[in-house]
Amino acid sequence: MSTLAYTVSDSTTMLRRNLRRLQRYPSMTLLLIGMPIVFLLLFVYVFGGQLGAGLSSGLAGGHSGRTGYLNYVTPGVILMSVAAAVQGTAIVVAMDMTGGIIDRFRTMAISRSCVLTGHVLASLIQSLVSIGIIVGMALALGFRPTADAAHWLAAIGMLALFAFALIWLATALGLAAKSVETASNTPMFLTLLPFLGSGFVPADTMPVGLKQFATFQPFTPVTETVRGLLMGTPIGWNGAGAIAWSVGIAVVAYFWAKHLYSQRRAN
Amino acid sequence: MNNFAAPAITATGVCKSFGEHTVLDGVNLTVPEGSVFGLLGPNGAGKTTIVRILTTLIPADAGEMRVAGHDVVKDPDGVRASIGVTGQFSAVDDLFTGEENLRLMADLHHLSRADGRRRVAELLGSFELVDAAKKPVSTYSGGMKRRLDLAMTLVGSPRVIFLDEPTTGLDPRGRLTMWQSIRNLVAQGVTIFLTTQYLDEADELADRIAVLDRGRIVAEGTPDELKRRIPGSHIRLQFADVAALRAAALVLRDTTSDEENLTMQVPSDGNVAALRSLLDQLNDAGVEIAQLSIHTPDLDDVFLGVTGQPVPMEGAVR
Repeated sequence: MSTLAYTVSDSTTMLRRNLRRLQRYPSMTLLLIGMPIVFLLLFVYVFGGQLGAGLSSGLAGGHSGRTGYLNYVTPGVILMSVAAAVQGTAIVVAMDMTGGIIDRFRTMAISRSCVLTGHVLASLIQSLVSIGIIVGMALALGFRPTADAAHWLAAIGMLALFAFALIWLATALGLAAKSVETASNTPMFLTLLPFLGSGFVPADTMPVGLKQFATFQPFTPVTETVRGLLMGTPIGWNGAGAIAWSVGIAVVAYFWAKHLYSQRRAN
Repeated sequence: MNNFAAPAITATGVCKSFGEHTVLDGVNLTVPEGSVFGLLGPNGAGKTTIVRILTTLIPADAGEMRVAGHDVVKDPDGVRASIGVTGQFSAVDDLFTGEENLRLMADLHHLSRADGRRRVAELLGSFELVDAAKKPVSTYSGGMKRRLDLAMTLVGSPRVIFLDEPTTGLDPRGRLTMWQSIRNLVAQGVTIFLTTQYLDEADELADRIAVLDRGRIVAEGTPDELKRRIPGSHIRLQFADVAALRAAALVLRDTTSDEENLTMQVPSDGNVAALRSLLDQLNDAGVEIAQLSIHTPDLDDVFLGVTGQPVPMEGAVR
């Protein structure tokens, strides 16, 4: 076999290992998928009636009140589910790095990158499953996107790209953490970012300083792009912004994670 | 295994410091192919550090090392392809079953499905893990985990095996089983680099022993050579009064008496026949013994013997 074939084979083995570990340790996955579901129900049924009343018909997908708000908030909750899922990435990476088996992998003639690639691919699959569950829930509650197949595909592509970037970031945070506890805390700010953006209410309703932060932070252009693709709201410069942020985060986090992994020496 | 002339492991002038703390201070060692090398030393002597350097986990600050014909610095992948490592801390996946752990290793060694299956079944059998094969490792005992750990190390049929304190923390039975597993490996002709805190373990398993103290090798030789340099094993007798002690001294040979503590040391390797004859001699002479204990040399004796100092206090680095 060639080096490339070995790399693919080793990465696939590691992917299978990580997916199996996720199955064996379901409580964390359930918790991380459960959180955005709770927020979806909370925001739609508790705040939704009132919040929906303040939305323009364009933002609410032609509906009003609670259903209108559901149409508006679903992309925000989807992104929240991505942020929650990558929290799991940081935890499992840190669990792996603080365990003994990583030293075994390091003394084996396997491709250097396969340990991290395995984690990233497993997390990507987990994030896409999370997204699927949230979309399914939202559809069941009455979410009515206007997208055709091509727009759905583009939205999924956008989400996968952004998830990929956040997963590398969470991988780096997991590698940087000295303990599993730290690793479960550091990525928590990511789940807050959909609130400090256009995930739950339009950014232009916010006071000046916060509004500027909300407009330019990475979650907002991604939220607006996904919302535009699914609901037909204007995307404008957000598409380019979303891709730029995703690629930027992915590249920086990838090199940071690789650096941390090669530097990391247990003890 | 056709190149008997080349040693499996050589290290020259290996140095390593963590910050201000010098852990290895010019270590030299040579391990011939097919032999068992025992590195003996207390906690903090630098045993784990040298293993981590030779197995490519951490870089040395200075020194030249070759393992299985590959330069550790220039060709770490060549080294990794030839070695197996079982560290002090269990390197198994707790969420997997024993069999799944071994299958993972088979996949990472790129064994074909059939070969992998065969090798895994073979190892489960020889490490007495067949019954536990389908159970998650989190339910295993310490000894079972250590056996699985070693079995995982062997999936790729390594030529050189590093065992870092393979029996630390095991109960006596687990220890004996592990020793047997190691002996079986030796019989297959692999080279073993073993670290231990126990003299009896090194004595039992190693062809050559080196004593590591504060980052330096302070003694090296066969177990017999090394044991000659340390006080031998003896039987310690305790008497009720000085009269009994003196009577015993007349009957037995080569004894050392301590009249103040009413004790006597009789050189003996502790075998049962010698012990029985000693008791018979005392019985025939009508001498009563209050207490008897058998003392075998341990790491403390080695340190006293080779460095003239007791085992140093535990250092900051393992």
